[in-house]
Amino acid sequence: MNRNDFPLITNNNIIYFDNGATTLKPRCVINEITKYYESYSTNAHRGDYKLSHITDKLYEETRNKVKDFINAKNSKEIIFTKGTTESLNLVAFGYFLNQLSPKDEIILTKSEHASNLLPWYILKKKLNIVIKYIELDSNYHVSIKQIEKIITDKTKVISLAHITNVIGDIRPIKEIVKLAHQHNIKVVVDAAQSIAHEIIDVTDLDVDFLAFSAHKMYGPTGVGILYAKEELLQNTQPLNYGGGMNSNFFEDGIINYKDIPTIFEAGTPDIASILGFGATIDFINKIGMINIKKHEQDLKNYLLKKLKELDFITIYNEEADAPIIAFNINNVFSQDTAIYLDKYNICVRAGNHCAKILKSLISINNTCRISLALYNTKDEIDLLINVLKNYKNIYQEIL
Amino acid sequence: MNEDIKRQIIIDNYQNPANYQTIKDNTYISLNSNNESCIDNINLFVKLENNLIKDIKFNGEACVICISTTSIMTKLLIGKTIKEAKNIINNYLSMINEQPYNKDILEDACIYNSIAKQPSRIKCATITWNSINNLLNNK
Repeated sequence: MNRNDFPLITNNNIIYFDNGATTLKPRCVINEITKYYESYSTNAHRGDYKLSHITDKLYEETRNKVKDFINAKNSKEIIFTKGTTESLNLVAFGYFLNQLSPKDEIILTKSEHASNLLPWYILKKKLNIVIKYIELDSNYHVSIKQIEKIITDKTKVISLAHITNVIGDIRPIKEIVKLAHQHNIKVVVDAAQSIAHEIIDVTDLDVDFLAFSAHKMYGPTGVGILYAKEELLQNTQPLNYGGGMNSNFFEDGIINYKDIPTIFEAGTPDIASILGFGATIDFINKIGMINIKKHEQDLKNYLLKKLKELDFITIYNEEADAPIIAFNINNVFSQDTAIYLDKYNICVRAGNHCAKILKSLISINNTCRISLALYNTKDEIDLLINVLKNYKNIYQEIL
Repeated sequence: MNEDIKRQIIIDNYQNPANYQTIKDNTYISLNSNNESCIDNINLFVKLENNLIKDIKFNGEACVICISTTSIMTKLLIGKTIKEAKNIINNYLSMINEQPYNKDILEDACIYNSIAKQPSRIKCATITWNSINNLLNNK
């Protein structure tokens, strides 16, 4: 659907199946960025002239669009960051660094992306806290029962992905939050892999923190969002200090800070990309997330059916909820498969996909990953399957 | 050398790599390539004795280029003095970077002479050579 909106598809003969890494950008988003640079390329929150007011207005309008997109209560709860990684670091070091005590417990899973593990590992070293992992089911999914088992009166945080980037399972966030809140536990959700595929309503889910990136949802690189409940943001320390986040400061070191969310946005933000992100949200809303989801699920089921017909392929996540399939050609290294497919302009990801501790569970280090998006088609899948069927020629072609 | 022969040497060294073995012997120095690459994960085991590379073994999981070149590298370097080995490695790395190099001392390793045309493969072709190079440069 909407293929003609994507210049990279219309200008090139490529099949792009690496949408979990980043998505392609529609013309309207590129135009919005160009418009900013050509028509009102000014700083936000600074000038007393007309052009700056335009920038200011569009910047805050985007914040409002994000608020509506995830159904937050207040646009103050929307922080612009560089991406999911920065958002999760702000949660760990801006909020929890000051809230946790030695021996407090954090609950994670082994299928998390590095961005939702490494900040907690550093926090563990700084504070001498304890990290526990939820035991995953046989299909690597998370169940409430397993979380109940490891919650103690020391548990303070559960931090997990909404959808994981290799297994593609959707976690029951609403139920997890309900359980967590009964025990006074905060829940942090990494929505990087779900934001482009699922309707997310932070008020309904009642999550405490939620992070995602614009570039994985057809938006520009360099912009991410941290959503957090207002009362939590009031107790969060900024990680960056400088211009834009203070209202006044004195030579004796006294600093008066601006209110949330501006206090967390020191320095000149990536204004062009943020305005482009506004256009991204309009683009998705116009198509409708329900329609996107239906299309992607149809494609995923078709891809799975076709891959299962090939007896030389191993699929690692047949029960994936999201449009993500991890597979290998038997006895071929994943990177060699990816390079072979690239000969036919088919882009897939090979490797461990930044989920380095997952390998201890699925006992395989590297896989090829196909992650689908709204512009993919069944014709593209048919082409992929045909190329895979000829894999016996792989070394003839890649060497 | 024609492309079919080059390809066959690579495939042979990938399917039946020389010196592919795990070593648990503390007279060997062990090196891991994983700190430089997210994907090619090779362990090298190197035995040095009186300025001589007495033995090299390796194991791990990597692509066809990485495994084959490591196999060829072990065959080339075993039995060489550290000085000779450094010279071979430098010539190999020059070849990969499209700089002048001495073909004769590289033997089969010459088959990677056009790898620069596939930039994504350069790391695969050099990662284990660089590991050994770093070790020898510290000697």
